[in-house]
Amino acid sequence: MTLPILSLIICIPLLAALVLASGKLKGYAQQISLGASLIQIGLLIKLALGYQTSTATFQWVEQHDWIHFSLGSLGQFVAKYHLGIDGLSFGLIILTGIISSIAIWNSDSIKEKTSSYFALIMLLNASLMGCFLAKDFLLFYLFFEFMLLPMYFLIGIWGGPRKEYASIKFFIYTLAGSLFILLALLALGTSYIDPYETALAIDFIQPGQAFSAENAQMIQTAIANGEIASDKWVHSFDAAVFADLKNCYYKSILHPDSAWVLGNLSAREWAFWLLFIGFGIKLPIVPFHTWLPDAHVEAPTPVSVLLAGVLLKIGAYGWLRFTLPFFPKEALEFSNILSGIGAISIIYGAFNALAMTDLKKLVAYSSISHMGFVLLGIASFTAEGWQGAIFQLISHGVLSSLLFLLVGVIYDRTHDRSIQNYSGLAQIMPAYTFITGLAFFASLGLPGFSGFIGEFFSLMGSFNSQHSSAIWAILGGLGIILGAGYFLWTFQKMFLGKQYLKNSEWLLSDLTRKEKLSLYFLGISSLLLGIFPSIIFNLTDNWVSHLINQLF
Amino acid sequence: MSSILFIPLLPLIGFLINGLSFPKLSNPVAGIIGTIPPLAAFALSLQLFLQFDGNTQIVPLLDWISVGELSIPIAFQIDQLSLLMLLIITGVGTLIHVYSSAYMSHDEGFGKFFAFLNLFVFFMLLLVMGSGFVTLFIGWEGVGLCSYLLIGFWNKKNSYGDAARKAFIMNRIGDLGFLIGIFLLFQEFGTATYQEVFEAIKAGNGSNLGLIAFCLFIGAMGKSAQIPLFTWLPDAMAGPTPVSALIHAATMVTAGIYMVIRANVLFEMSPEVLHFVGWIGLATALLGAAIGLFQNDIKKVLAYSTVSQLGYMFMGLGASAYTASFFHVMTHAFFKALLFLGAGSVIHAMSDEQDIRKMGGLKSQLPITYITFLLGTIAIAGIPPFAGFFSKDEILAHLYHHDIVMWALAIVGSALTSFYMFRVFIVTFHGDFRGTQHQADHLHESPIAMTLPLIVLAVLSVIGGIINLPAFVGGNEFLAHWLNPILPEGSHEALEVHFASLEFLAPLAAAFIPAIFAIQLYGSKKAVPAADAEISGIQKIIYDKFYIDEAYNFLFVKPIQFLSQFFYSFIDFLIIDLLVESTGKFVKSSSNELRKLQSGNIGFYIFMMVAAIAIILAWTLKSWIF
Repeated sequence: MTLPILSLIICIPLLAALVLASGKLKGYAQQISLGASLIQIGLLIKLALGYQTSTATFQWVEQHDWIHFSLGSLGQFVAKYHLGIDGLSFGLIILTGIISSIAIWNSDSIKEKTSSYFALIMLLNASLMGCFLAKDFLLFYLFFEFMLLPMYFLIGIWGGPRKEYASIKFFIYTLAGSLFILLALLALGTSYIDPYETALAIDFIQPGQAFSAENAQMIQTAIANGEIASDKWVHSFDAAVFADLKNCYYKSILHPDSAWVLGNLSAREWAFWLLFIGFGIKLPIVPFHTWLPDAHVEAPTPVSVLLAGVLLKIGAYGWLRFTLPFFPKEALEFSNILSGIGAISIIYGAFNALAMTDLKKLVAYSSISHMGFVLLGIASFTAEGWQGAIFQLISHGVLSSLLFLLVGVIYDRTHDRSIQNYSGLAQIMPAYTFITGLAFFASLGLPGFSGFIGEFFSLMGSFNSQHSSAIWAILGGLGIILGAGYFLWTFQKMFLGKQYLKNSEWLLSDLTRKEKLSLYFLGISSLLLGIFPSIIFNLTDNWVSHLINQLF
Repeated sequence: MSSILFIPLLPLIGFLINGLSFPKLSNPVAGIIGTIPPLAAFALSLQLFLQFDGNTQIVPLLDWISVGELSIPIAFQIDQLSLLMLLIITGVGTLIHVYSSAYMSHDEGFGKFFAFLNLFVFFMLLLVMGSGFVTLFIGWEGVGLCSYLLIGFWNKKNSYGDAARKAFIMNRIGDLGFLIGIFLLFQEFGTATYQEVFEAIKAGNGSNLGLIAFCLFIGAMGKSAQIPLFTWLPDAMAGPTPVSALIHAATMVTAGIYMVIRANVLFEMSPEVLHFVGWIGLATALLGAAIGLFQNDIKKVLAYSTVSQLGYMFMGLGASAYTASFFHVMTHAFFKALLFLGAGSVIHAMSDEQDIRKMGGLKSQLPITYITFLLGTIAIAGIPPFAGFFSKDEILAHLYHHDIVMWALAIVGSALTSFYMFRVFIVTFHGDFRGTQHQADHLHESPIAMTLPLIVLAVLSVIGGIINLPAFVGGNEFLAHWLNPILPEGSHEALEVHFASLEFLAPLAAAFIPAIFAIQLYGSKKAVPAADAEISGIQKIIYDKFYIDEAYNFLFVKPIQFLSQFFYSFIDFLIIDLLVESTGKFVKSSSNELRKLQSGNIGFYIFMMVAAIAIILAWTLKSWIF
């Protein structure tokens, strides 16, 4: 039997969390979680070595029965513990592994209740990994929901002065999003019938036996003709089942022929919007974004890093993994509106960033702006746009982590993040100035850095899309100009000009070696991805063409 | 092929060494490490140039991006056009590196300065060597970065930081247009590689060509400082003077002209865009020359003069006179770099004074600077037989046959140029010294590292015309023959010029008469430009640059600031958050009310339970009875 590596990736941080929660090894909390994180990275390297880029199918798949219950005449429900990685998730789990270690590495400023803090970070890591690894929609949802718990406490306990407000706001927003997704999940679960599981239930095939497309079609026809009793139907939450419209029972609410209409939208359209907004709150899209700046401002630096670096990506991942394959026609139908939301997010986030006086809030709004490119790319329904969107996810993961760490550097020293309270930092902190300049130029999309590739392809996809208007791409392009505006303005204000500190007692030492290590690592990563973007494109290429072929 | 790779690689290595080891290296070492790469690149370019057999050479570098059906390779294209650009960039670049080693010698950021200069040369080479629009764009943005870094090099002064930021953002506006042009190219042709695109256009494929050309030209307007995106260039003079000479006169700002010549196949298919290019060029040429008339900062005059001369180049492009425009790119690189370096030498001698009203009579103390600056002035004024005369005259000759109105206006601009250049020259070098005693005590000719580049550039400004000496004065029109293979057919037709015609005499008159007038006014009568407070009327409007910066501030900057405040303070904070919070408050208050039901009183619970059962029963009975 081969090693269940994917399960190990989830279990190792859970195990570490258990050890930490027991409180027995109090003094070594950071070391334990860093160790767990490094083991995880080791496993990721093993995955990378064995990963086939030539195929779009899932690899390292693990599947076990998990939940099975009967609802009498309503049929049976099956949820599986089903893990796997493919071109979409692979880059993201590597990102998660690396960013988690960096967050732990930079957690020195956490002095209180360290074992609980690191235990929660480990829980967060496990649930993030679970989200990216789950193939079963219910399993994904479970991890997705579970994520809320560590995040809530991490902000609410170790946060800044308004931590209660921020954590509650985060909680309510996210819970609302989860409810939307839950509604869609229930509708999907009841409307779709898993042909394979049904075949097993009626003893059409035996466990372990091959199940061909013809077999599936036979079962589907038999269900449609009423040849299989409804109590033998098996509803599952397998993402692959929901992605095939033929599995949708013709009398169900989600069937395209269903007469159910509410406010001009059919049930499928409603389900699409529920999923879209549910995931969109995570991204976040305007106008569901106001939790993000507050959460970031209050969260301690490493939590911000995880939040911006990985957590936000789950929103876009949910669109690409579930929303689009489940509701391709609906998504296509609304692609112009989606592009519009993307463009507005870009512009709106950028305008808000221009108005900021708090450095961390500025970075938070820039995140909103940069995530808008992801939506713009996805809504283009072109290969370039999707590639750009996925690239932008990874690139933003690297760059936003870098930016938040940089904010943390100055906050650790002075506990003040107001842009106007600093000037001429270049003379006191040359290394810090250098890496901040690099991060700013990388974030404003200078060629040579990863940000450029993500924005270039998202915009190109959107501009050349046949489904959405080119106006949105042009509007999104304005975001590049505004981005240059707020980043360069901030850079000039804080780092250039005459040396000035609001409080003359502030002791501003330049970067320590420990800080440099992670900052340079992230900076160089962005440079590498910008110069050799094929590192990511090779991973995603097959996945994207596969999805395109599936939808069109 | 390996030598081709080394041309951009060497400056990159120079950048890395100086950048990584700054400030550990001593200034002379950093200067040598910084100067060798452009010099070696120049030698390699010269070798390539001499060995060039007339066939375009493509050097594939890497298969950069391959996504679905889209593939973007990175490759270098060596042909007639890129070879000449290589020579200009590395040649003038080397001279300016040598000059900088003396000019910047007292600066604490010496090594950093050379690192940035090398990085600039790298990106500029990438820009001209790339075999497609994407590589061009990477270089294009890269030189923008270096321009930002070097304009704001002395960043302790806030206004310098402002200038750097303005340059970058204004260029970004142009770059968005360029980017859209690239998207359109991919849409139409599925590629942005020069050869593939131009072959397809020649074969009659592709629509929207006018739109593509227009979008690409928006990029050129930003980079080459044309109306309406020109206001960054005069401000860019905040950077050290060698930077102004290299980036903001000789090389980077001509990238827009390079791009149009490179894409001449595309632009020829869209005559209305070429028309637009010509008129934008004309308007910019006149505006720049007019503002230059009354500026008193020696670098500002040269900056507006650059804006104006770039306008001439675009005018030439508008008349499809590609060779003439490129000729002017070359001669302008010589004489404008010379003038800037000369100005730098003056500023150096004057202890960082830039106002010509506080100079005067410098010719005796700075003899080499004086003579070379004079030669540069004659060259730019268009006085024969200096380099500027031939190149400008060739543009004018084409305009004469293209559009007589444009020609006449261009002659006016030419006259303005001659006047303001001689004004600056006379006020700076002749008359009485008007500076402080301290400055007078320190007046000195610059060291050899600075005067040598001046002399070399002066020689080139004098004899540069031979590159494309027209047939009617016995020349062989080398440049026209050289560029012929990459230009549209028929674009190289020798224009017949008669010595006694208006066409020939008008430019000469426009060069000589204002020059004599300026010499009379500022030389013989010893007039000195008025102090700021005394300037009034139209002169004040011109002196204040027609208030264009103020207008932009009012039209764009202020509304954007207002919008950002409005979005944040009103929409985000008031509307969205209020909605969210009131939802929260509603839940909280209603649960507060509901909580009262959980009184802990068992009797109350039982009562509620019975009541509920009663209601359910009643409901069931209702449907059962009726």
